[in-house]
Amino acid sequence: MTPSDREAQRSVNQPGNASDRGAQRSVNQPGNETPKIRLRSLRKSFGAKRVLDGVDLDVRANHSMVLLGGSGSGKSVTIKCILGLITPDEGLIEIDGQDVSKLSRRDRTEMRDRIGMLFQNGALFDSLPVWENVCFKLLAQKRITRAAARDKAAEVLAQVGLAASVGDLSPSELSGGMQKRVALARAVAAQPDIIFFDEPTTGLDPIMGAVIDGLIVDCVQRLGATALSITHDMASARRIGDDAAMIHKGQIIWTGAAGALGNTGNAMVDQFARGEREGPIQMELRR
Amino acid sequence: MSQLLDFLAIVGRGLISACRTLGGVAIFAGIGVSHLVRPPFQFRQFQRHFIEIAYFSLPVVALTALFTGMVLALQSFTGFSRFNAESAIASVVVLSVTRELGPVLASLMVAGRIGAAMAAEIGTMRVTDQVDALTTLSTDPMKYLVAPRLLAATLAMPLLVIVANILGVLGGFLIGTVKLGFVAQTYLDNTWDVLEVMDVVSGLVKAAVFGFVIALMGSWCGYNSRGGAQGVGQATTSAVVSSSILILALDYVITEAFFSR
Repeated sequence: MTPSDREAQRSVNQPGNASDRGAQRSVNQPGNETPKIRLRSLRKSFGAKRVLDGVDLDVRANHSMVLLGGSGSGKSVTIKCILGLITPDEGLIEIDGQDVSKLSRRDRTEMRDRIGMLFQNGALFDSLPVWENVCFKLLAQKRITRAAARDKAAEVLAQVGLAASVGDLSPSELSGGMQKRVALARAVAAQPDIIFFDEPTTGLDPIMGAVIDGLIVDCVQRLGATALSITHDMASARRIGDDAAMIHKGQIIWTGAAGALGNTGNAMVDQFARGEREGPIQMELRR
Repeated sequence: MSQLLDFLAIVGRGLISACRTLGGVAIFAGIGVSHLVRPPFQFRQFQRHFIEIAYFSLPVVALTALFTGMVLALQSFTGFSRFNAESAIASVVVLSVTRELGPVLASLMVAGRIGAAMAAEIGTMRVTDQVDALTTLSTDPMKYLVAPRLLAATLAMPLLVIVANILGVLGGFLIGTVKLGFVAQTYLDNTWDVLEVMDVVSGLVKAAVFGFVIALMGSWCGYNSRGGAQGVGQATTSAVVSSSILILALDYVITEAFFSR
C-alpha cells in the first residue's frame, strides 16, 4: 500500500471513539473480504508441551485486534510465528493472502519491511542513542541518511509526546513509560501497515498505560495500519481494540467485538475479562 | 549388564550432544563468515568492535607481554647459568615470545576481556528480545552482531600481538641489560641473529586464528544463551572457558603445521 493509498484509507477510517469504530466494523465487514492476517490450524510444541493447538484467527485489514489469554496460553508464540521468529510445526499463516511459508527469502524480508513490532519490555538497543533506535529500520533499509534520521527521529518522538532532546539520550537513561514511548516511536517510524503490540501497558501505572493506549490508537489510525495486540489488561484491550479474540490452551475459543468483553456470553471469556477466581478457567498449579 | 548399558547411554548422549554443538558452531561460523562477503556491510559495527578490541585491550596485553618477557629472561638466566649458556637468553626470549607467549598470552587475556564481553552483550540482547527486535527491524542479527565481531577480532589480534612481541622482547632486554649485566648491543645482536621471518609470521597467523575463535565462541555462547541473568552468566563463563581451551589446542595444531619438519 502506498502512502497515498493509506491517506485515502485514513480519510475513510477515521474513527473518533469505540462506538464509531464499532459502526465502521459493520461497514467494513463483507463476508468474502481477504483478512490482512489469516491463521489456520497453527500448531507449535516445545518438547512435550504443545503451546499452539490449532489456532484459527482472522485479523481484518485496517482494524485493531486484541488477543487475550492467560500466561502461557500461546499469545506471544502466535505473534512470533506470524513474524517468522518461530517456525510453527503445522498450519497456515497468510498475510495479504500470501502464504508466508512459501515466500522466498527476499519476499519475506520485504514483508517484514511492512511490519512494526512493539516488544513487551521495549527491546531498545542499549548501545545506540534514542534517535538511532527510532530510525533503526529506516537506516538499515538505507531509506534515509544519518543526518536526516535525527530530524525524522525528532518528528516521530514528537508524535509520541517526547521532546527532540530525548533523542540524544541512551535508553538506560529513560523511565519505563518513556522507554515504551520510544519503542512505540520505533515501531511506527517506518510507517508499517501491520503493527504488533506485545503487552504494551505491562509494568506501567494506570495513567501511563492509558497514555500509551491513546498513542497506540493515534498511531494506528494515522498510519491506517492493521494492529494485533496481546494484553492481559482489560481496560487497555477495550481502548485499543476494535475486535478481540481469546486464546486458551493453544486454541482460539472466542472472537468478537472488543467492546463486548465482559458480556460475551462465553463463560471463560467473561471470567477472564472480569478477573474472577471462580469459573471454568482453573489455574494450573505445578505440584 | 544394565549398568553397562546405562554407562554406554550416558557416553552416547554426551557424544551426540558434543557432535550437535560442534556442528552448530561450524554452521554458525559459516553463516557469520558468509555475511562478510554479502552486502550490506556493517562498517560502523566493525569500527566499534575493532576499536574496542585493538585499542582498549592494549594496556592489558602490553603489561602481560612486558612482565612475561622480564620473567622469561630472569628464569632463563637462573636455569641456563647452570650450563654456562647465559648467552642464549636473548634467543630464548625472542623465540618464545614471538612464536608462543606473545600470541597465546595476548589471546588468553583478550578472551577473558573481549570474549566475555561479547557473550554478555549478545546474551543480554537475546534474553531481552533485542535480537528478535533486530529481525523485525529488517536486520539480520548474524550480519549485525556476529560478522563484524568476527572480522574485527581476526584483524585486531595480529596488531595486538605485534605490540606484545615488541614489549615482550623489551622486557627481556631490560632485565638482561639492567639486572643481569648484558651489553645492550650484544643482547640486541643475539636477538636479531636468531629471529627469522617465519617466527613472526607463525605468531601472527596464530593471533588471527585465535582472534576468530574468541569472537566466534563469544558470539555463539551469547547468541544461544537462555533463561535470564543466570543464562547470560553461564554464556559468559562458557565463552571464556571454551575459547581458552580452543586457543591452547589450536596453538598445538598451528605449531605442528609450521614447525613439525
